[in-house]
Amino acid sequence: MTDNNALLQQFGVSEREIDQAIGLVKIPEVDDADLYFEHSISDSVSMEEGIVKKASKHISQGVGVRATAGEKTGYAYTDEITLDQMRIAAKTAKYIARSPGDGTAVATSARTPVARSLYPVNTPATEIATKEKVDLLQKIDAIARGYDPRIKNVMASFATENKMVMVASSEGWVVGDVQPLSRLQVTCIAEDGGVRQMGSFGGGGRSEFSFFFEETRFEHYAKEAARQSIVALNAVPAPAGTMDVVLGPGWPGILLHEAIGHGLEADFNRKKTSTFTDRIGQKVASPLCTVVDDGTIPWRRGSLNMDDEGTPTGRTVLIEDGILRGYITDRLNARLMGIPLTGNGRRESFMSMPMPRMTNTFMLAGESDPEDIIRSVKHGLYAVSFGGGQVDITNGMFVFSASEAYLIEDGKVTTPVKDATLIGNGPEVLTRVSMVGNDLRLDEGIGTCGKDGQSVPVGVGLPTIKVDGMTVGGTDQA
Amino acid sequence: MNTIDQNLAEDILKKAKTYGATDGDVVFAEGDTASVRVRQSAIETLSKAREKRLGLRVFVGKRSAVSSTSDLSSDALDRFIQDTCTLAKAVVEDPDSGLPDADAMAQDLPDLGLHDDSECTMDDHIDQVTRCEAMIFPFDDRITNSEGAEFNSGKGRSLYANSRGFFGEYNSSSYSLSVSPIASENGKMQRDSWYTVHRRFAELETPEAVGNEAARRAIRRLGAQKVKTQSAPIIFDPEAAGSLLGILSGAVSGSALYRDASYLKDKLGEKIAPDWMTIYDDGRIPGGLGSRPYDGEGLPTRRNTVVDKGVLTSYLLDTYSARKLKLTSTGNASRGIGSGPSVGSTNFYAVAGTHTPEEIIQSVTQGFYVTDMMGFGVNMVTGDFSRGAVGMWIENGELTYAVDEVTIAGNLRDMFLNIEMLGNDLVFRGSVSCPTMKISEMMIAGE
Repeated sequence: MTDNNALLQQFGVSEREIDQAIGLVKIPEVDDADLYFEHSISDSVSMEEGIVKKASKHISQGVGVRATAGEKTGYAYTDEITLDQMRIAAKTAKYIARSPGDGTAVATSARTPVARSLYPVNTPATEIATKEKVDLLQKIDAIARGYDPRIKNVMASFATENKMVMVASSEGWVVGDVQPLSRLQVTCIAEDGGVRQMGSFGGGGRSEFSFFFEETRFEHYAKEAARQSIVALNAVPAPAGTMDVVLGPGWPGILLHEAIGHGLEADFNRKKTSTFTDRIGQKVASPLCTVVDDGTIPWRRGSLNMDDEGTPTGRTVLIEDGILRGYITDRLNARLMGIPLTGNGRRESFMSMPMPRMTNTFMLAGESDPEDIIRSVKHGLYAVSFGGGQVDITNGMFVFSASEAYLIEDGKVTTPVKDATLIGNGPEVLTRVSMVGNDLRLDEGIGTCGKDGQSVPVGVGLPTIKVDGMTVGGTDQA
Repeated sequence: MNTIDQNLAEDILKKAKTYGATDGDVVFAEGDTASVRVRQSAIETLSKAREKRLGLRVFVGKRSAVSSTSDLSSDALDRFIQDTCTLAKAVVEDPDSGLPDADAMAQDLPDLGLHDDSECTMDDHIDQVTRCEAMIFPFDDRITNSEGAEFNSGKGRSLYANSRGFFGEYNSSSYSLSVSPIASENGKMQRDSWYTVHRRFAELETPEAVGNEAARRAIRRLGAQKVKTQSAPIIFDPEAAGSLLGILSGAVSGSALYRDASYLKDKLGEKIAPDWMTIYDDGRIPGGLGSRPYDGEGLPTRRNTVVDKGVLTSYLLDTYSARKLKLTSTGNASRGIGSGPSVGSTNFYAVAGTHTPEEIIQSVTQGFYVTDMMGFGVNMVTGDFSRGAVGMWIENGELTYAVDEVTIAGNLRDMFLNIEMLGNDLVFRGSVSCPTMKISEMMIAGE
């Protein structure tokens, strides 16, 4: 965690001003109020056609003022961090309490920092010279093109952000964090005999720039993107209909994010709009399935020392041996539902209100050998890489789209198939998980989750699993 | 400094030249937004903000960089300009980069009626959402819950100036109201929603009409079931058809084309739709949600005929993609504050057909009427399409039971060629608009 004095200095406010601003909004009718200060520097460079032709840099700073009273939330923000502007924002925020009065100043003090530092970065990647990033992208171009002469274009980008945040609460504490985040992404276009295809790969985390050179990660990203685009050149139409599906380890964990995770966010369950409402303690998955949300894994894209309300993140068991155990919460919903705070109150920026959001969501490893899992399937689909997914939390219907998948015929992985959407129902799909591999893997660090217009970085993970009967949305009727 | 005017914009561009820039452009936007959400008759959230943001792009010869900030104090601004120039010098030369020619810049900037001067107070916001949500529960006993109704408003000013002498600014506004009722029956819940969005407050649909339509749509989804895997005719309601047309607008975008990332590459002059179908992108529809007097590079917007009687006649291009493709810009540069120009459609729509939606449904013996789609299963490079879909099953020309948890799949190239009928029900509800659309056959995956 971070020295509060350094943060106060960064934001150009004094403790006294914070106490006064909190006092303006924490009137008796308000249950909970906070100020969220944020300063972020982000930059990116991108390359296509062998030229690193774009570079950009963005600076953003502001404060969000929030008051909650019962189920109501008032919110206002400003990009000028002055007491005057905070006063105007506070007036809007407490409009919900329908009371014109001001409260008295609340004395805040630095909260005891959480005894951990999940991403102790010495030099944020935002401070690395642009030239080094340009060189990296050019190396990637050469590696990807060298993989196969059919690679016709390579697009790569490196984006990084360094965010300083500070939360001051009406409970009288102030706490802050510095949150680095980087991502390297490679996309290849391959062409052969009039067929054109695309492959993408990337990774990152809350890490230093050197992360991408360790274990030759950048080379791996370039080769994987190239390999996927070449494999896709020979893809046949995907099958249509219900069949057994084997999901590979890592990024296919997006299944859990869509099928289970969103439906267990506390806001939907408090409002009883989720298909998982009132189902704690019930069986929602096969006994082989244990699913957790864990914001405390060092360096991960979805991890945080504290959430955006100042609550330390944690590890929440969502499903244990097939039984639904818990929801993920923010302050508002934990208070209204009388359930524990899990440290999942997140927001995109100072311009948005916090909501319950996932961090890193994954299934624990099982006991099966991944090869045995594939061998057990007579006719099915083996899906190893995915694009995005989406869920309707009310009826439980979710989709996610396979970007690299193969047919399984008589226990063997055979022909690659074209992109196909897989569709299922959240509370039901995991009941049909019949095998769980011993090869849990977390994704490479590329996930971004959207909810109510707000994007936040997340992680997912999965061991190889077998789902008995899932609808595959191809064009080829078997 | 709290805002940017013409003088300051020009000063910024001059300053950039002292740091080595050979050209540059400035975008600035500022505005006020407000939002109220009500749920089960009580206010759930209320928010309000004023924001401003400055974006700068500089060219140092054939190198360029973009940056943005909200800190307009003069010291910070000076450092910002200098940093942007330094950044530009660190990238590689791109022979096709650069501003458009001075003589191509927009000369007349028409008033397109994008701004509403009327006052819309917080209490007006609350009145709208409350009236709207109040309609859904009396509509049917099976409407048992709500995700709430939300009203958003925004008013702002945007400015664009470049070192080739262009300066333009205009005000715009937008108002939107939406509501998401939840219906339940036999222990199963279904949610749907409806909305209205307009640049003028007075031209929104009434909150009562929005509430009723949302409730009707939610009730219609009850009892949904899967259907068997099969190939069948598909009818897309105007919302779903608009989503398909939006994909086409991406496929004709110069940004995708010069990267070889569109299935419509090298298809100019070819037939891509039935010979009675015409598609326009029109940046100058008065009051249009996608309208703008000039594009993100200062070029005049206009009406482009993208598909003329089934033939692909124009791509949508900004200056950069036009140079790459050896064509000329179509005035479709879209410009965010924090990024350089990229291609964006304006008001993209298919000209209405002659059939009523009822006639289109009656033309189908067994088929799927799609009202909503889910997921991102579109490969723009190959045109392969596979998305989750919900809607109603058609039997003997009539809508029967609700369908969900199925996918529909095909290739966009075939799908657009196989459009069999278009409805006469074109309504401009957003920046992409399409009437009811029938495609002769697609694969449905279900049981």
